[in-house]
Amino acid sequence: MTAGVSEPATVAEGVWTDVVGQVAAVRTLDRAVRAASVPGPGPGGMTHAWLITGPPGSGRSTAARSFAAALQCARQGCGECHECRTALTGAHPDVTLLATEHVFLRVEDVRPLVSVAQQRPSLGRWRVIVIEDADRLNDTSGNLLLKAVEEPPPRTVWVLCAPSPDDVLVTIRSRCRHVGLRIPPAADVSALLQRRHGVDPAIAAFAARAAGSHVGMARRLAVDENARIRRREVLRLPERLTSVGNAVLAAADLMKVATEEAKSATTERDAAERADLLRSLGAEGATSLPPAVRAQVRQLEENQKRRATRAQRDVLDRSLIDVLSLFRDVLVVQFGAEVELVNAELGEDVERLARASAPEDTVRRMDAIGRARRRIAANVAPLLAVEALMVELRFVRAR
Amino acid sequence: MAATTGRSAGRTGGTRGSTSSARGSTVKRATTVLPEDLSPAPVVLVVGGESLFAERATAALVRRAREADPEVSIEHLEAAGYESGQLELLTSPSLFGGGTVVLVNGVEAANDAFATAATRYLSAPTAGACVVLRHSGGQRARGLLEAARKTGAPEVSCQPITKDDEKVDFAANEFRLLGRKASPQAVRALVDAVGSDLRELAAACGQLAQDTSADGDGRIEADVVEQRFGGRVEVTGFRVADAAVAGRADQALSLLRHALATGADPVPLVAALAAKVRALAKVSTVGRARGADVAADLGMAPWQVDRARRELAGWSDPGLADAIRAVAQADAAVKGGGRDPVYAVERAVLTIAHARAT
Repeated sequence: MTAGVSEPATVAEGVWTDVVGQVAAVRTLDRAVRAASVPGPGPGGMTHAWLITGPPGSGRSTAARSFAAALQCARQGCGECHECRTALTGAHPDVTLLATEHVFLRVEDVRPLVSVAQQRPSLGRWRVIVIEDADRLNDTSGNLLLKAVEEPPPRTVWVLCAPSPDDVLVTIRSRCRHVGLRIPPAADVSALLQRRHGVDPAIAAFAARAAGSHVGMARRLAVDENARIRRREVLRLPERLTSVGNAVLAAADLMKVATEEAKSATTERDAAERADLLRSLGAEGATSLPPAVRAQVRQLEENQKRRATRAQRDVLDRSLIDVLSLFRDVLVVQFGAEVELVNAELGEDVERLARASAPEDTVRRMDAIGRARRRIAANVAPLLAVEALMVELRFVRAR
Repeated sequence: MAATTGRSAGRTGGTRGSTSSARGSTVKRATTVLPEDLSPAPVVLVVGGESLFAERATAALVRRAREADPEVSIEHLEAAGYESGQLELLTSPSLFGGGTVVLVNGVEAANDAFATAATRYLSAPTAGACVVLRHSGGQRARGLLEAARKTGAPEVSCQPITKDDEKVDFAANEFRLLGRKASPQAVRALVDAVGSDLRELAAACGQLAQDTSADGDGRIEADVVEQRFGGRVEVTGFRVADAAVAGRADQALSLLRHALATGADPVPLVAALAAKVRALAKVSTVGRARGADVAADLGMAPWQVDRARRELAGWSDPGLADAIRAVAQADAAVKGGGRDPVYAVERAVLTIAHARAT
């Protein structure tokens, strides 16, 4: 969590502009880029494999893309030339970006990278391969990459991103140079929202604070009013938890909110993808699917289903973090700490919750939230995990 | 199976047949017939998910067709992989005379070519040919079925039997068809033992009839069923959950063991426990309101609400909380968080049964 003192927004230049609040990491990467531009090994120099870690929303993939762009750029990342712009969007022929919307990166997804890594760069000076979700490599796909990551050809660079070094196979980790990102200061995130999206300063400040400086979430909250409403609904849930029955009903509501949000993000895209696929297979407008294309359509539907599972889990996890921030505030009030509240606009609710319980209860509730998140990640039925959580969160009146 | 289809036709266990005649209500369509009564017609519909009834219906039809004309040719066609012209080819009159029965399988997955050909055929059926459309449910090709019904084609409804009482009726009927009698207890025991699959139940009836002597009054008693199928109870997770929330720990554990022994997986067992406890918790919020009034709010059926309310007797709020905790913990354990999934379910069942008293 960000401390209450607002630091001055750190201004970086060129491709590094959007890597918000990461002075130290940017310095390391920039030095590597400069070292890479002169031939031969040098101090603080270039390495063939990098592991960029940082909490969700700290801008790992942005940092990785900026790094890729800076390596391609003749001026070490001016942010304006053709090389910089194509590399940042992933259109540069020598920059390969891999991310997944599923739960895992599978062997089929990563196998092509092994052969790509052996090719010399065609236009630029480096062949850069960025894996944005290296934490989603499973054992098989991770092991497949071992050799390629350990000894790539001289002009190939691997950049892996993960929330923490522990999230990647130890054998992968040991082959990479580690760059850690911190949680960016809320002031920096707020400044980014204002600069890039023209958001009103008050809303930008609220969004940055409420999202816990998660850049993507903050943007969502800042530009999408429905997201703000949904967040508020979620934060109102603890008020309702007076009995086990109410807790179970609240869990059902939370799941509904999460499902709706996930659906609003995927439904339209699913339909568009299906229409595209049918068009490219020449089966556009067919009333029933010709048998020949069924396999492809089924494959697409399976992929979409996997994506929906992941989207629902992500949204749910985000909601649980929101609830966690509420109880964090409750604890702050209970301890009388002089720290800014994340949910300052819900001050009264926080006060009431703080009076109704003791600090040890609050800590127990925060533990329960952590447990529910772990359970959902371990494939426990999300509704059941949330029910058990809500039961723990409920305020027991005199028995 | 073979024993049943080989015998003369009679009223057999179609749910529709037994219940509708018992209640005196009229059958929906005048053209609906029972599986065993099906006889050739230009177009015949066999609709529904229970393949046992469908097979009996087609077998009866083929038998009648053969009785009428021993030389009749029986053709099979898959509607999913249909290529245009096939239907016309099979139904066109033969040079040597003689009829044809075309059994079309998988109409629910029919391709466009078949739908077009069949619709065309409906308006001009070939004399002496019989086309049987087998549709096992779902919305596809419904238009074709409707069109066929409008022409007055006879239809066999093969709806699956799900309720236990209907299964008992079915089994009793099977014995009657086989020319045997069975005591109500025997039928009940048989349904408990092998009732989950209708085909298995029918086969078990046939086997019992063959294995036992028809001398004397020939009645099949419960002890005979016990002898052959005894000790085997097919248990679903819901029965385990019912016993657990009723606080009957011993019964719940023994049912759980039966469930595991007959192939139930711990994961759905835990899901059944979760559904049960969830229903109790939801209903605990509505007090004495009528089931039908609150059902929609709770996302449950009215009978589920009423049932949960009966089961809620003896439960307290902290007890429900313990139960939910236990189920969530068990779910984590059976999904790889624990070493022994069976132990995890067992523990959850015991915790739930004991939480009732607290």
